Formats: sequence, C-alpha cells, structure tokens
Amino acid sequence: MVSSNLTDTQSHDRLSTTDRDRTGQTDFPIFTSHPELIYLDHAATSQKPKQVIDAMSRYLTESNGSPHRGAHKLSVEATRLYDIGRKKVAAFIGASRPEEVVFTKNATEALNLIAYTYGLSTVKAGDEIVVAITSHHSNIVPWQMVASRTGATLKFMYVSPEGDFLPGEWDKITDQTKLVAFPWVSNSLGVIHDISGLIAKAHAHGAVAVVDAAQAVGHLPVDVCALDADFLVFSGHKMYGPTGIGVLYGKHAHLEAMPPFLTGGDMIEYVEEQSTTFAAVPERFEAGTQHVEGVVGLMAAMDFIEHMGITRISEKEQRIARYAVKRLSELPFVRVYGPREGHDRGALVAFEVEGIHPHDLASILDDRGIAIRAGHHCTQPLMKSLGIMASCRASFSIYNHVGEVDALVEGLHHARRIFGYEHG
Amino acid sequence: MSMDSLYTELIMMHNRSGHNKHVLPEATHIERGHNPNCGDDLTLQLWIEEGIVKDAAYVGHGCAISQAAMSIMIDLVKEKPVAEAKVLAHDYLRMIRGEQLTEEQRDALADAIVFESLSKMPARVKCGTLGWHCLEVSLAETAE
Repeated sequence: MVSSNLTDTQSHDRLSTTDRDRTGQTDFPIFTSHPELIYLDHAATSQKPKQVIDAMSRYLTESNGSPHRGAHKLSVEATRLYDIGRKKVAAFIGASRPEEVVFTKNATEALNLIAYTYGLSTVKAGDEIVVAITSHHSNIVPWQMVASRTGATLKFMYVSPEGDFLPGEWDKITDQTKLVAFPWVSNSLGVIHDISGLIAKAHAHGAVAVVDAAQAVGHLPVDVCALDADFLVFSGHKMYGPTGIGVLYGKHAHLEAMPPFLTGGDMIEYVEEQSTTFAAVPERFEAGTQHVEGVVGLMAAMDFIEHMGITRISEKEQRIARYAVKRLSELPFVRVYGPREGHDRGALVAFEVEGIHPHDLASILDDRGIAIRAGHHCTQPLMKSLGIMASCRASFSIYNHVGEVDALVEGLHHARRIFGYEHG
Repeated sequence: MSMDSLYTELIMMHNRSGHNKHVLPEATHIERGHNPNCGDDLTLQLWIEEGIVKDAAYVGHGCAISQAAMSIMIDLVKEKPVAEAKVLAHDYLRMIRGEQLTEEQRDALADAIVFESLSKMPARVKCGTLGWHCLEVSLAETAE
C-alpha cells in the first residue's frame, strides 16, 4: 500500500503562508477555505479575488435595484453601474465605443447570439463557414446550426498535435467564405493562434472573423480595434469575475444590421398589440432584467487585472507554463500536447500519462488537493482529429506558482505508484 | 475507504488482469454503455440460457473505475440465475445512491462493496455504474 511519504510533506511545505502571500493567493478567499488547495483549473473557471466578491456583496447590500426601470434611487443607481460597466469593458478591450459591447450570459451565449442573428440573416445556401478545429464546442455547434438551416457548408482548418495549422489549411478561406471562427488561445492544446493573420485573411475574402477570446482575456492584452476583429467574445468567470456574465464585442456596423436575438422587456422601443419596434444597439440584444451584480463583479475583475498588470500576469503564467512543460516533458511516461518546449503557449498544458486514464488521474490528484481538468475539454472534433481519447489539463493564473507544478509532478509519480508502475 | 486504497485494492487487480475483457462468441445479449462526457465506452456481452447467466465478458475502453466495476460485476453474476443478477444490480445501484443495505445484501455484493465510497464521489458515479446499467438493460428484456 502506498502512503504519504516525506516528499508529500515537502510539497505541502512549499505552500506555506509566506508563499501564498508572495504569490498573491491572499487575495483569493478560496485558499483560506481550502489551505491545501492547488487549483490548476483556471481555464475552466477562475477563482475569485476578494475584491470581486466584496464588490458584488456591496452592490447587493447597498445598491440593488432594477436597471432601466422606474425613477427611484436604487433603480437609477443600478442603471448607472450597469452603464459604467459597459464603458469599462469597452475601454478594457479597446472598443471604439461602449455601444459595441453587448452583455450576455457567457461566451457561449455570445456566440449563439452571433449565429442566430448575424449568421442566419447573412449566410446563404452555397456559402461557406470556416472554423478552426481547435474551437470549443461553443464555437462549432452554433455554426453547424447555421450551416444546416441555410444550406451553407461548414469547413474545418486542421492543426498538428503542436497546434499549428497544417500547410494550406488557411486556403480553405475563399471568396465563398462568409464567416471564419476560431479561438485566440486553444483551451485544449494551449496554442496561441495568429489571430491577426486569420482576421486579415478573412477580410481579404470579404468574410467576417469571430474570435473566441475566452482563454485570452485576462491573460493577454486585448485591443479589438488593433486586431480589426468583427466579433470577439469572452466569459467573465474565466477572468476572475462571476459566472453568468459574458461579453459580445461586435463592430457597430455589424450590430446595427443584426436583428434581435431574445425578445421581451428592455430590448424594445414601442410595443403594440401586433408589432414592436426595437431598441437601439446594444439594448436590442439585452432582453429582460440584466445581471447588474454580474457586471459589477466583472468591473471589479477588470480592476483586479489592471491592478496586477496584464504584462505581469502574462509573464508569470508564461513562466509557470514553461516550467510545467519542462518538468512534464522530463517524465518518460508523460506525453505533452500543444506547442513544443520553448514555444509560446497559453496559460495551460495538456498531457497524458501512460497507463492511467485522465479521469482516474484527476481523481487521485483531487484526493491530494490538486484540481485539474480531465476529459475532452469540449473539443471533441479536435481530439478526434488528433486521435486523442481524453487528456489531462493543468491551467494557470496569477495565484499559481511553480511549486504547485512540482506538487503536480509528485502527484503523477504517486498515481503511477498506485497503478503499480513505480515502486518505493 | 480512501481514494488511494479504492484504486490500489480490487480495482488494480481487475484492471490489469483483464480476465473478463474479451469477445464472448456465445453472447446472447450485447449492450453498449457510453459516457459521452468522459469517453468511457464499454460493451457488456452476456450468454444467458435457461434463465442462467452462463458466461459474461466485456470489451471497450474506459477509466480504471468503469472497467474494474464492470469486471467485478461480471465475476459476481457469472453462473447466477437471471433473477438473482437482477437483485444484485438493483442493490448495487441503491448502494451507489447512498441507500442503506442489509448485512445480507452487502454480503451478496461481495467484492463490489468496494465501490460503496462512490456514493460520496458524484464525479465518478457514472464510471462505477456503467456496467451495471448495461446489465440492468440486458436483464430487463430477459425472462427469468
């Protein structure tokens, strides 16, 4: 029977209070609730800094009201905060005006909004939609729906196991292409795509570019104008904010031309018994009472990122990711996916351990307080194209440090011992 | 039982010996079980004759828990009457739901009792019940 040994104690010692202070974990109450927690699943959802939790709590304690309704003070205050939030997001991502920011539930809803409005009204039979195979299901399934409803063709651009597009794949973008969709950073491989190049290629053929920035915002500097992105989406909860709030950025001219998505209150101008005129952009796309405390939390998350500094966050994550790739690559029983050692990658590393199914590994690590993601990462077409059943993923952010990578590596040895591959 | 000992005990024995993992040419019932979320994909093959599970085996791929649970189940139901296998499946699934079993029922589940701790691991329940659900479906269409 394998039990805790000296190495276990050592790895826990690395996470002493001083270390947590040094790495900024004290900003995150989750680590007070779970002092031994090694959270390597930021790419699924980030832990929340105290500032975000406090801001939402303060809003609900002091300012809660229904936005855009009524004349009472609380409603006015809720409206004010909501509108400030929109301006703040616009500034944060470099949008040219606040009206280009639409609040959604998450990146998935934002992509569906684009598909159901822009997609269904623009794409025609015979047109083509080109999608990077590295896309999350949320950036694939909506385009399948558009293709099947309009008679358009859906094409994929394939990548190598390192995540590089295979030669000639970009040539699938042609004058028939109406829309090109891809992730900025692959949530499954960690590859950072050349999105400026992809956007320029799409534009050269008169197509619009849809960027899934869910794994980029909060990790890399974002400037939608410099990128010339047509649409860019992300989720609040993967950038230190709460769940239930996401962002759709769209160029104003596109949004103006798009029909409404969900209908109901707040998105209308005049409602007659048989007809309705719709509100202007962006309210046209925000039906029903909006998630003000979500926006408040998102604002606090953006403040947190700005306070930490995106360059500092990015450098730290890169350092941990590089170290993780190096340590994992040294293990003969581990196969690392995505960009090779020394190449740029997002704040995550996907890998497989010989002889241990990813779900078993995740359970054994979880028992040691190490949280990783295991499975297909909502990228089944990518996994299938690379011949991978399932993989493990460790992802990083500002509250992680290299000592946690050491603990992960020791956890892998431990799992290998349990499975009878190593002794001692 | 801790996660580590759950793995080290019967699971490894079954997972690595693989004595129940093969094609069963005599199979009268074939039921495929699939967990799309985690990719477990196992197929249970039963040879049932005159109300008795004469033989059973499985093929496919999946995590250690799904395969061990399947294999231990096969050991348990082999050469048993269909009626008895149905009761075992019923009790096993009740155990995983966290319901109390009598001493007699626990004894009947024998080695499969090791999976009792799954009732406290919601993330792995689907793995530990995949084979048993295949068995339930197969037996439901079988005369006792």
